[in-house]
Amino acid sequence: MPLELLESPDLNANQREGLWTLNFGPQHPATHTTLRLVLQLDGEMVIDAEPDIGFLHSGFEKLGEVLDFNQYVTIVDRMNYISPMANEIAWHHAVEKLLGIDLTPRCKYIRTIFAELMRIHDHLLCLGTCVLDLGGATAFMYAFNERETIYEICERASGQRFHTSYTRVGGLLYDVTDDWVKMVRDFVRNFPKVYRDFSGLVMKNRIFVERTRDVGVLSREEAIAGGATGPVARASGVVRDLRRDEPYLAYEDFDFDVCASQGGDCYARFQVRMMEMLESIKIIEQAIENIPAGPIFAVGTGKESMPDKREVYRSIEGLIHHFESVMPNRQMQAPKESVYAATESPNGELGYYIVGDGSFRAYRARTRPPSLLHFSLFSRMMRGCMLSDVVAVLGSINIIAAELDR
Amino acid sequence: MTTETPKPSSVEIDAVKVKLADSLIGVALEWSEFRDQYRVVFPATELLKCLNAFKFAGFEQLSDLTAVDLLEYSNATDRFEVVYCLLNVDTGLRLIAKTYLNEPDLTIPSATSVWSGADWLEREVYDMYGILFSGHPNFKRLLLPQEFQSFPMRKDYPVKGRGERHNFPVITRAES
Repeated sequence: MPLELLESPDLNANQREGLWTLNFGPQHPATHTTLRLVLQLDGEMVIDAEPDIGFLHSGFEKLGEVLDFNQYVTIVDRMNYISPMANEIAWHHAVEKLLGIDLTPRCKYIRTIFAELMRIHDHLLCLGTCVLDLGGATAFMYAFNERETIYEICERASGQRFHTSYTRVGGLLYDVTDDWVKMVRDFVRNFPKVYRDFSGLVMKNRIFVERTRDVGVLSREEAIAGGATGPVARASGVVRDLRRDEPYLAYEDFDFDVCASQGGDCYARFQVRMMEMLESIKIIEQAIENIPAGPIFAVGTGKESMPDKREVYRSIEGLIHHFESVMPNRQMQAPKESVYAATESPNGELGYYIVGDGSFRAYRARTRPPSLLHFSLFSRMMRGCMLSDVVAVLGSINIIAAELDR
Repeated sequence: MTTETPKPSSVEIDAVKVKLADSLIGVALEWSEFRDQYRVVFPATELLKCLNAFKFAGFEQLSDLTAVDLLEYSNATDRFEVVYCLLNVDTGLRLIAKTYLNEPDLTIPSATSVWSGADWLEREVYDMYGILFSGHPNFKRLLLPQEFQSFPMRKDYPVKGRGERHNFPVITRAES
């Protein structure tokens, strides 16, 4: 079938006759988790791709109305489990905006370092597994080796490798230690070498380039109207990064570039992700040497946040304070207002729309997942592609089904 | 947290207000501000006209579309709030536009003709709250099974559920 016919929204019955339907997923190695695609194919050409989602819907937003602001963080980091801490930072960023809490400089720096580590973590998985899906297992091992180091950094700070639940309203669960700083320094020193190897294996690999270039093209206009954000939008020429445009945490203090491309295809999306990893390393490098001293919890108003754990275990006042912070009648109270706050998560704009009702719980905790908006653009990206390109496009938009379905 | 966010220039939002006043003559808009965020409440009867005017005023991207069930919210007079989080991609200005809906008429025009990104977001709002969007090109549930009867994010729906899961038909390998 000639390409120009694909432009017509409705093919007539005659043209439909030669098509066949392929059910892709929900269990398929390339979908990573559970999502389903119903593909209409003409030979190998994809005429229409209809995503069917919801297999992992677990009612997270409903739970957000039951659990309090600190408890819900354990649910939030299960949304995008590729970069759990980025979700926690985004959630508490929104909560703190609603409550009007100003973080301490030390907390801001530590959160910034973790946010950037998570960006590297996420991009490594996205790139590594996509290359694996396209048939190259070596680069995947390089990526996962580095991810392991980041897991260890997370474990050292929070006690958990994966679902860290590290942030708290107005602070962090634990302060970081000197050996944590050393681990991050080592990571920053070693990463560029691995990056060079990885980049050489992937970005200059002829098979990879030919499988991704001019595949799954998304134009700038479609990206804006369709709500694309993050690397997907930047690869289509939308130069927008919340870290620069709506600075939060400590991003104002650092020097970094916003990476963008004009291509709009899968290769451009991978390129943007590759470049962003180097920018993240730049940010961590600047932040790790300049972590300010001081408390990690916002100070001033005693009731506003949880006390430092050392205080809880060593003094009766600290213990009382900690106890009060979990008593419904002594907790801080959210104003009866609503707020939308977003952060630049590795995948794009991760926003929360929170409605406060005067208690320490959200009346409504809406997540704006970047994956949902990106996946809704999937059928548009697939226009004119071949069956084998499905895997490349899926990998390039980095769909995380747990975040998609919540 | 809030102090570090630079205040979006009030000049920008004033220009938007002037533009909207020109294109929406006779439509009552109610402006408010909280933590440097600008919010506007518009009447649901003029929905499509208002959304087109917002887009014309520079808000090219629909960041988010969601709803809130105000059933248990103290002093609330309406049942549902539909929220459009808008973004001007060039200037970074955000606007949160809201409208209120009451039973029994829970139908509003779809925003898919204004922003194509509204497609799945509207389906999710229908899925969770039962708000109907007329003129949507592919209107059905997004996350839950098509045969699901309730709208689980409503406040009168229990957190435990109503036992739907136990009543799902079990299809064995032989039957499939």
